[in-house]
Amino acid sequence: MLPYPLLTAALAIMWMLLTSFSPGQLLLGTAVAMVAGQGMAALHPAKPRLRRWDLIPKLTAIVLYDIVRSNIAVAGIILQGRRRQRTSGLLTIPLELHHPMGLAVLAVIVTSTPGTAWIDYNSARGTLLLHVFDLVDEKEWLDLIKNRYEQLLLEIFE
Amino acid sequence: MSHASELPIWAALLISVFLLLGAGLTLVGTLGLVRLQTFYDRIHAPTLGSSWGTGGIVMASMIFFTMLQSRPVIHEILIGIFVTVTTPVTLMLLARAALHRDRLEGRDVPMASPADGETDEPAAD
Amino acid sequence: MSAVILALAVTVAQLALAAAMALALWRMVRGPRAQDRVLGLDALYVSSMLQLLVFGIRTGNTVYFESSLVIGVLGFVATVALAKFLMRGEVIE
Repeated sequence: MLPYPLLTAALAIMWMLLTSFSPGQLLLGTAVAMVAGQGMAALHPAKPRLRRWDLIPKLTAIVLYDIVRSNIAVAGIILQGRRRQRTSGLLTIPLELHHPMGLAVLAVIVTSTPGTAWIDYNSARGTLLLHVFDLVDEKEWLDLIKNRYEQLLLEIFE
Repeated sequence: MSHASELPIWAALLISVFLLLGAGLTLVGTLGLVRLQTFYDRIHAPTLGSSWGTGGIVMASMIFFTMLQSRPVIHEILIGIFVTVTTPVTLMLLARAALHRDRLEGRDVPMASPADGETDEPAAD
Repeated sequence: MSAVILALAVTVAQLALAAAMALALWRMVRGPRAQDRVLGLDALYVSSMLQLLVFGIRTGNTVYFESSLVIGVLGFVATVALAKFLMRGEVIE
């Protein structure tokens, strides 16, 4: 009946947000969301399985904090202009994370944090090519990705 | 802006702070887009606008309409979620396209990936 | 009083966003390479979407929300299609 309960719920909530709340809209939105869930099931996407739900708020908090921090850092660098010497460069990081959903979440985290950009992922070797805006210490960035994000994602997804 | 006159002062101040924060960060981001020297540097600049730039203005809009209509109005959060989810996709594709073009033309990419030739699709499918 | 504060903030925010749009447009026109132009277009889309949201606050009308959502969706699709085009030379393979 409900192959993708989370997707169905999210679609119903989105419908309610876009229209104003009334019982009729609730009925209509739920119906549309259920049809969409069935449609998604017809595509047979790999069903993501989360192992540790409880770690998601922690990850969200860490990412929000990092986005604020790196927003300030990058804005500062841009406003300083060329007065400060800054090196940027590409960094190759070997990843233990192979779960497609986990990689997708890591890509969203890395790219929406100003200062780091996901360039390429080689799935045969499991290496990530990352561009870092303010590359002072390579080890520091390696440590950030490996310990701060990948460890949590590994626990959540694998 | 006569419709705003019945708002309490603290709400107006809060909305103003979020508005100026969001607009300011977006402006700094595009300033970086103009000032930075290489494409790989420039790809970092718009993320300022799409992370807290969008976040600030979406927050301001949510607070404003919630106060104005005296009921929770949070549909703007859809824009926030949408921008957060889509920006990585566009920037990743654009970065890979730039890398591909640079390699094709034999330009000096700052540091080459260990992969020779064919690069794989990202796992985010 | 609150109307004055808000009117001032909205005006400043709209000017800042207009400047952001102009800077993104400059990058789009100047290039130098195609990927820079697409990046400029993407930034232009995001800042015009935000500009419309601020217009919504200025007029107190939620109808601007819908148009900024549409701009966001179209901007995403356009940038993805252009990036794909840059990579392969065609959009539909």
